[in-house]
Amino acid sequence: MRYHPLTADDRAAMLKKIGAPNIDALFRDVPKSAVVPLSAFDLTDTKGELEVDRLMSRMAAKNTAAGNVPFFCGAGAYKHHVPSAVDHLIQRSEFLTSYTPYQPEIAQGTLQYMFEFQTQVALLTGMEVANASLYDGSTATAEAVLMAQRVTRRPKAILSGGLHPHYSETVETVAGLSGKVVRAPVTPGSGEDIASMIDSETACVVVQSPDVFGMIRDLKPIAEAAHAKGALLIAVVTEVMSLGLLEPPGHQGADIVACEGQSIGNGLNFGGPYVGLFATREKFLRQMPGRLCGETVDATGKRGYVLTLSTREQHIRRDKATSNICTNSGLCCLAFTIHLSLLGEEGLTRLARVNHATASKLADKLSKVSGVSLVTSSFFNEFTIKLPKPAASVVDALAAKNIVAGVPMSRLLPHDESARDLLIVAATETCTDEDCDAFAKALAEVLS
Amino acid sequence: MSETRYTDQHEWVQLDGGNATVGITKFAAEQLGDVVFVEVPDVGRKVNAGGEAAVVESVKAASEVYAPVGGEVTQGNAALADDPAKVNADPEGDGWFFKLKGVDAAEFGKLMTKAQYDEFVKGL
Amino acid sequence: MTMNNQGRPTAPGTIEANELPTISGDRGLDHEEGLIFELGRKGMTGVDVPDVQMSETRLGGQRRKGPIGLPGLSEPEVVRHYVRLSRQNYAIDAGLYPLGSCTMKHNPRLNEKMARLPGFGDLHPLAPQSTTQGALELISDLMKWLTTLTGMPAVAMSPKAGAHGELCGLLAIRAAIEARGEKRPRILVPESAHGTNPATAAFAGFVVDEVPGTKDGHVDVAALKAKLGPDVCAIMLTNPNTCGLFEPDIIEMADAVHAAGAYFYCDGANFNAIAGRVRPGDLGIDAMHINLHKTFSTPHGGGGPGAGPVVLSERLAPYAPLPLLVHDAKGFRYVEDHADVPKGAAPFGRMCAFHGQMGMFTRALSYMLSHGRDGVRQASEDAVLSANYILASLKDVMSAPFGDGPCMHEALFDDSFLDGTGVTTLDFAKAMIDEGYHPMTMYFPLVVHGAMLIEPTESESKESIDRFIHVLRTMALEAKAGKRERFEGAPRLAPRHRLDETAAARKPILRWKPKDLPQAAE
Repeated sequence: MRYHPLTADDRAAMLKKIGAPNIDALFRDVPKSAVVPLSAFDLTDTKGELEVDRLMSRMAAKNTAAGNVPFFCGAGAYKHHVPSAVDHLIQRSEFLTSYTPYQPEIAQGTLQYMFEFQTQVALLTGMEVANASLYDGSTATAEAVLMAQRVTRRPKAILSGGLHPHYSETVETVAGLSGKVVRAPVTPGSGEDIASMIDSETACVVVQSPDVFGMIRDLKPIAEAAHAKGALLIAVVTEVMSLGLLEPPGHQGADIVACEGQSIGNGLNFGGPYVGLFATREKFLRQMPGRLCGETVDATGKRGYVLTLSTREQHIRRDKATSNICTNSGLCCLAFTIHLSLLGEEGLTRLARVNHATASKLADKLSKVSGVSLVTSSFFNEFTIKLPKPAASVVDALAAKNIVAGVPMSRLLPHDESARDLLIVAATETCTDEDCDAFAKALAEVLS
Repeated sequence: MSETRYTDQHEWVQLDGGNATVGITKFAAEQLGDVVFVEVPDVGRKVNAGGEAAVVESVKAASEVYAPVGGEVTQGNAALADDPAKVNADPEGDGWFFKLKGVDAAEFGKLMTKAQYDEFVKGL
Repeated sequence: MTMNNQGRPTAPGTIEANELPTISGDRGLDHEEGLIFELGRKGMTGVDVPDVQMSETRLGGQRRKGPIGLPGLSEPEVVRHYVRLSRQNYAIDAGLYPLGSCTMKHNPRLNEKMARLPGFGDLHPLAPQSTTQGALELISDLMKWLTTLTGMPAVAMSPKAGAHGELCGLLAIRAAIEARGEKRPRILVPESAHGTNPATAAFAGFVVDEVPGTKDGHVDVAALKAKLGPDVCAIMLTNPNTCGLFEPDIIEMADAVHAAGAYFYCDGANFNAIAGRVRPGDLGIDAMHINLHKTFSTPHGGGGPGAGPVVLSERLAPYAPLPLLVHDAKGFRYVEDHADVPKGAAPFGRMCAFHGQMGMFTRALSYMLSHGRDGVRQASEDAVLSANYILASLKDVMSAPFGDGPCMHEALFDDSFLDGTGVTTLDFAKAMIDEGYHPMTMYFPLVVHGAMLIEPTESESKESIDRFIHVLRTMALEAKAGKRERFEGAPRLAPRHRLDETAAARKPILRWKPKDLPQAAE
């Protein structure tokens, strides 16, 4: 097999050195009843590259790649253009095939980009300190809730109705174990009165902005209301590109920020791997989950980087760790860092403006279609429209016309009557005028 | 007239009347390596003998520090926040962790004397 | 205080750099590289994005008021920056990584090509399911490989890493126990367990009760049985264990656990030793996570991403989290809501948004299709053979606490062979760096002193292993002969000498700060 360098002669020589008659002797501790022949596995045998390529390409061809059609899906994952240099750089052997930087002397490449990443995340979110990533935005949100429970020593988390339903469910699954998770009612586009739900048992309020409907939220009054009762504000951002245009949560009073970083550097990849950004205030530093990279010097006085404050983590603190996370999003962070380095201040802010302008134009076009109304009055690159019939059926009809028209809210809330006619539409710099015109035209046809 | 006694968990406690000062021993500090962080208990907290009172961290390890005797915390060593290295430099002096009041002399009397502790450490 | 013997020097002292200084500060192909924040310039960018007119009326008054503070660089500068950083990293493509428990095997490049096919890479997780049938078919195929190799009926695909998979498995166990109307707060974990095990157990709300090991490096079966009771929910075991040994009494332990009404969680980090030869389902396991980034070659990427799907027994299958992949006459689809699940399913919740690490699924399936069942079995056999070859070749000069019998895919040594030499496990490991090797896993498992855990994997040629053995033998003999020069102040030939981890922890500097930093609002 092409990946196995040992030859039959090698194996014989090695067995001889070991003093074992055959390979089975080395498996002597396996109970007899558990020894199985190869034929017990109903699986195929070794295949060459050509055959594997063919098999998998056939499966890939059955899917509609976003870049091949007018495409408007968002709701937590966004199609953006990633410059070619990013993918080339992350495939360098020393980045792709290196391990976690536990031996810093031979991992300064990884450690330095982690330090850059942490800085970028802190700057984008307007917070004081960020970690070296969690798995994704949803688990980052769950970790934020757990952290708030630890910091405040209170059990209750209040989740905004605008929080992505997958995120809410994840928080309930994980943080519901150690406390109480309360979901505010879902109120697309209109005002939510979450402040009145905060009480002395509340550890945190979790608010997404822009929310799952695309609506931009004012976090300042919520932060004030939370702080007045001794609770923390956790701000969630699922479209990190919005931070290139909008006031960051850190400047609005957020105590912890949990973001999905996929939009920068990382493709859609059918749901993963993505990259969870996590930032907070310095005073909460020791309660923060995840790896941290810190600056130091080596024995000759040269600046260098190391993983630090590891006593928070599982490999030292074990059952008292702040989280059980070990592997994080490594290479996805690198992709994020490289893409953001290429963009820079100028590129990111321009790109964010292009996104908003594109979405704004599309919102106008779609609102003009008979029966369609715009639900979200303020948005970044994603908005919600109300249709005169169930959005899921409209999306399916448009898919048959090779237009991927967005995410019906019923996909996220399948048994919520009020969600049935709502369609979440995202428009990024990858949407052309032709795409948008085709969408509006086809929508009109389907609705007539 | 103050006296210092030791636990088999490597804490030392110096008793003066009903007031005590607690820290970790030189042996423990050496085992830990460079101390980077100490979390001392809040003033007013009541601790029982053997209960978790503080946390001490080096780069590679985190250890609980137990209260050798019961009492109420009157002071945590605030200097350790800025200079945790004091624990390595002078663990049985300047590197103290916290002070207690309302300490029971009988509980104190059950602990090891210096000589007993030194013997104990030799046997480890 | 809870005594630990893990303290070791973390501030290296000072060394005189006694090389001829260059003018630039660089040395040949070794380039020093600053931070992007130190290299960037205002107004510069490495992308061409048009400057568009944009109305502010729909921003809800939330337009950003000040600059973000990001540096600007052109594409050539960015490329050079990251290329230079990459050259300061060791990697499996460049050399052997003998890291026990990590399975640093070769990362096939075919996997990278497959993951990047637009039909996989450019697919949105919430796109209409009629447009993603090929992707769902791939996931279904991978699920078949995982369940067949493990002999288990079901698999939960959404966990994003091994630790996440552990949590998934424990939450399924918790749900199963609650469904029986019982309360079982205690969980048994061997003292040799990887840190994620007790961390996850605590995360899931259980109280950890440690089970001691025997002097043979196995779990103490009698002690385990004595600890079972109606308040125990599960044991969390690694098999082969973290000492590199197969637990010979595993079926007996599984039977005892089940008889006590508890469940058997297996940490699958060491699956590379037995894949294609032994099925965890045949051993009585109820749940096991599989690290796709270990056994199934998806790249480590400097710390991630990984994937940790969890195979589940008949007892636990009903509790698998959302979403559930269903295949019927209509095709493939994800069922994403509790109200829509098939009869008998009772998902405990959701581990994360969407449905899992598709990028790692494509890579893992590419690996499995390439290897085939015969290749997977061969990989396990070669991995075990190589580890035993290393054990047999070094145990006379190094000390192997369980070296009398065969090991599995990893060989464990401790530091007793260094007694009296003044050389520690740490020094030994750092000297390996100067020899061009990444050190083995050090100071884990905690059950032996100064542990050195070596896992070569099946990707190493015999020549590579022989060279590795030769270097370690020579180092061990030198240390024992009192020749310490190689070890003192090592590494000296890496891009950095030993770093001051004490200072990094005492005064953490976790980001670059501009001189005029706008403060986060209070």
